[in-house]
Amino acid sequence: MNIRLNGGTVDIKSPPLTSLLTVLREELNVTSPKRGCDQGGCGACTVLVDGTPQRTCLTPVAAVDGAEITTIEGLGDSENLTAVQQSFLHHGAAQCGFCTPSMIIAATAYLDGDGSAEPEAIQEALKGHLCRCTGYQKIISAVSAAATKSEFDLTSMTASPNTVILPGGDT
Amino acid sequence: MSADVMIPYTTEAAIETYGDGADITVIAGGTIVMQLLNYRRMAPERAMLLSKAGMSYVNREGPTYTIGAMTPLSDLIGLAAPLGPCAANVADHEIQYQATIGGNLCAPTPPEHPSGDLQGPLIALRATVRSTGKGGIRRDGVEDFLANKAGRLVLDISFDAPQAGAFRALNRPHTRQFTALAVSGVRSGDKISLAATGAGPTGIRLASAEALAADPAAAAEAALNDVAMRDDSLASAWYRERTFPTLVSAVLIEIQEGS
Repeated sequence: MNIRLNGGTVDIKSPPLTSLLTVLREELNVTSPKRGCDQGGCGACTVLVDGTPQRTCLTPVAAVDGAEITTIEGLGDSENLTAVQQSFLHHGAAQCGFCTPSMIIAATAYLDGDGSAEPEAIQEALKGHLCRCTGYQKIISAVSAAATKSEFDLTSMTASPNTVILPGGDT
Repeated sequence: MSADVMIPYTTEAAIETYGDGADITVIAGGTIVMQLLNYRRMAPERAMLLSKAGMSYVNREGPTYTIGAMTPLSDLIGLAAPLGPCAANVADHEIQYQATIGGNLCAPTPPEHPSGDLQGPLIALRATVRSTGKGGIRRDGVEDFLANKAGRLVLDISFDAPQAGAFRALNRPHTRQFTALAVSGVRSGDKISLAATGAGPTGIRLASAEALAADPAAAAEAALNDVAMRDDSLASAWYRERTFPTLVSAVLIEIQEGS
């Protein structure tokens, strides 16, 4: 078996019924998909399979033999963030960060499908993704801004809009 | 020990591989079986993955729909009520892309919550199920299939498009993952067909309510005679019994207004 992972082809050695999540994290050391509930309920393990968001914890790796798998590592890097990643950064749409990769993956798929900037529509699109920190408002704001193709000058940001600057410069 | 995994690439190969269904675990979309594997509640020696068997399609010839067993719920959402709205009510978008009509129809019912969301709509639609297994291929009504589904592999499901249909579900935030309680209704000619999900171990026809369908209030009360509510993690039997008549009457009123 093999998969095309973020643009490269990798061979899979795990048994065929191993979950794609386990293969990514434990065989391929791609740790952005998180093991949350391991039963499809929290969304933290979501990746794109041939462009469609899918729960890796519920996907036997043999079912995606030959498929294109995109994790957040395949979207952009620190020098070349996607619009959704920039917007998440600008809006401070992460607290502990556990749900952030899957939120960005799901939001990317939503916007690739011409999703609107309406908060209700975004809420519906992301309803399968749980944020343990309950930071939904900033996540929805970030996706909404990305939908309107807002641009952010991240290089000029001395701190994110949500960062408190303490005396002495510590944050 | 890892399982022997077979991956058929055609429906015919799936039928041959399945054989009489003895000692083989079928994995369709994976949303049910993979949970059991992850938690080591299941350790199959032989498994068949259907993901590449070409059984995902929605065909329509005249009034008759035929839906392949591996068709994901996301492909059903555009269909008329009750099936389309029921598919849209299941879990979330990622699960809808992954879960299949065949897997959902065959979902076992654990004690902690109802399952088999689509059973109610398919009973209301008087759908038939083509399956294979011991004795070969056969076609059954959904209720008969559910009563004798052990050792059967669903191939496809057929039903006629209804003249009017409706779907109502108990809609509370914590019930998103599972259909806690739902009622489906269909009108075809003078005949009204009603069924419920979450009101018993499987989907169930509401025969008493069907007999009184012309009077939604009376039918809603009579429907309680058709079901066996139980307590589970999503709702109590007490709560279900009090909300159920509202769903039944709403479905009947919508069917009447839509015809």
